[in-house]
Amino acid sequence: MEVYNGEFIRELEATAKKVRRDAVEMIYEAGSGHPGGSLSAVDILTTLYFHIMKHDPKRPDWPDRDRFVLSKGHAAPALYAVLAEAGYFPVDELHSLRKMGSRLQGHPCMQKTPGVEMSTGSLGHGFPAGNGMALAAKLDRKLYRIYVLCGDGEMDVGETWEAAMLASHYKLDNITVYIDRNKLQLDGPTEKIMSLEPLVDKWKAFGWHVVEINGHNIKEIIHATNEAKGVKGKPTVIICHTIKGKGVSYMEGAVHFHGKAPNKQEFEQAMKELGGDTR
Amino acid sequence: MKWKLESQRKQYGRALVELGKERKDMVVLDADLSSSTRTADFAAAFPERFFNVGIAEQNMMDTAAGLAASGKIVFASTFAVFGTGRCYDQIRQSIAYPKMNVKIVVSHAGITVGGDGASHQIIEDIALMRVLPNMTVIVPVDSPETYRVVKTIAGITGPNYVRIGRSDVPTVTDEDTKFEVGQAPVMREGKDVTLIGCGIMVSKCLEAAEELSKHGVDARVVNLHTIKPIDKKTIVRAARETGGVVTAEEHSVTMGMGSAVAMVLVENFHVPMKRVGIPDVFGESGACDELMEKYGLTVDNIVEAAHDVLKRKK
Repeated sequence: MEVYNGEFIRELEATAKKVRRDAVEMIYEAGSGHPGGSLSAVDILTTLYFHIMKHDPKRPDWPDRDRFVLSKGHAAPALYAVLAEAGYFPVDELHSLRKMGSRLQGHPCMQKTPGVEMSTGSLGHGFPAGNGMALAAKLDRKLYRIYVLCGDGEMDVGETWEAAMLASHYKLDNITVYIDRNKLQLDGPTEKIMSLEPLVDKWKAFGWHVVEINGHNIKEIIHATNEAKGVKGKPTVIICHTIKGKGVSYMEGAVHFHGKAPNKQEFEQAMKELGGDTR
Repeated sequence: MKWKLESQRKQYGRALVELGKERKDMVVLDADLSSSTRTADFAAAFPERFFNVGIAEQNMMDTAAGLAASGKIVFASTFAVFGTGRCYDQIRQSIAYPKMNVKIVVSHAGITVGGDGASHQIIEDIALMRVLPNMTVIVPVDSPETYRVVKTIAGITGPNYVRIGRSDVPTVTDEDTKFEVGQAPVMREGKDVTLIGCGIMVSKCLEAAEELSKHGVDARVVNLHTIKPIDKKTIVRAARETGGVVTAEEHSVTMGMGSAVAMVLVENFHVPMKRVGIPDVFGESGACDELMEKYGLTVDNIVEAAHDVLKRKK
């Protein structure tokens, strides 16, 4: 097991905090968006882009780069904040989210935004597209890896399980799927809307190597991902237990912040809690 | 007229294998219908580049998109009914919107599926595909043209939809006929009325023109193989020079090829027009000829429509 010095982890945590601030600010400025599922995914995204993935923001089309697909496309603000922070485009551009002429569409558009690997937003499509990328890597005998982030609500989608079968059938050990298990979807708790449990058993039955972690613990995200890299002949899913709205007290576990922007007062409080300025 | 009947699917398989030899970056996907669509020919020649996804068309389209995003040219095949309506959102979101280099080539389109009945006879796929931005929609007229279409689109980057049938179809072109996307060839010159067909109905238009000539009517016949982008120039010229248009398609008259032609005419050169095609109803089981007869896809239907248009011309 790798040993990490505390400072390195603290840096990633600080980056994650900045990403949270950016994501909330973007949504506030846009007046719409999905804060809950953006905030629950921030630690996973930050760890991927600032530690795990081989990528080069100066060359978004570098053929050997690792690929990330945001299957839960509504967490676009978190992805954009991470991409900007990584250097794919200026951080200032984040203010343009959802505005006319912006490269930052409400949901990820690969044609417009540097660093976006797949256009997503309609749920259930990103994961199978990631499988396509994994098949291509195998065909080309390339070593790059594919990372996909799914929402737990996406487990309702039948195609998710078609894709789970395909990855397992074609032994795609170069794809890792993270499930942002925040246990809430738009209409309420996942177990009330459409029961997902026992989720671990389901994935195991589909032939996947399954890891369960705290999705806000960067060390655990790194360890689980390293474990996935070592698994041969089958794909790995990392079920990341998360809190919807993580980092902003009144958004945490609050189902109504799935797809609603904070008002001015709420925004100011969020910035205070996340250690930022409201200008 | 005595036509030679040939398989479009066989030519699809042949073209795929040839392309597979030429292009190492080409992959083919199918959803458990490879022996019917003839992608099995490619699978036999290049097993490592063929992926059967099982009965999972939605998964096939998104997987195709991911392969295309990684630089592959992807052919995805199944029956037309499953390769459009069942996975419309996947085609829309992951193929058309991001302009992926995915060629959706589907067989068993239209009512000539025959015995399988309405569940398998898609008569609305052209409508579904032509409304998608970035999508090219092609209906090859016969077996040789199917081969040319497949070879041609492999060289064009972007999403394409190609619709072929189950049964053997009349051969109206030959090996030397040219194919260009969006360029509708005039199959027969004429000055009194224009018959615009696509797919299997082009041969019926040619027969109708022959029939009309017996009554002193000189009919032009156009093979509108590309529904989108539509060849406005040829359509408008035909309208201007002949003064009347009949369209004929093995598809619902609602939002199919005829509707596309009507839009061109209404906005550019208004002439009397009539659409021959399947009325706004589902099909049923039966023999191809019986179905063509019942659902209004005969030579007589076209001749009758032409007379109606000629009457209105005056």
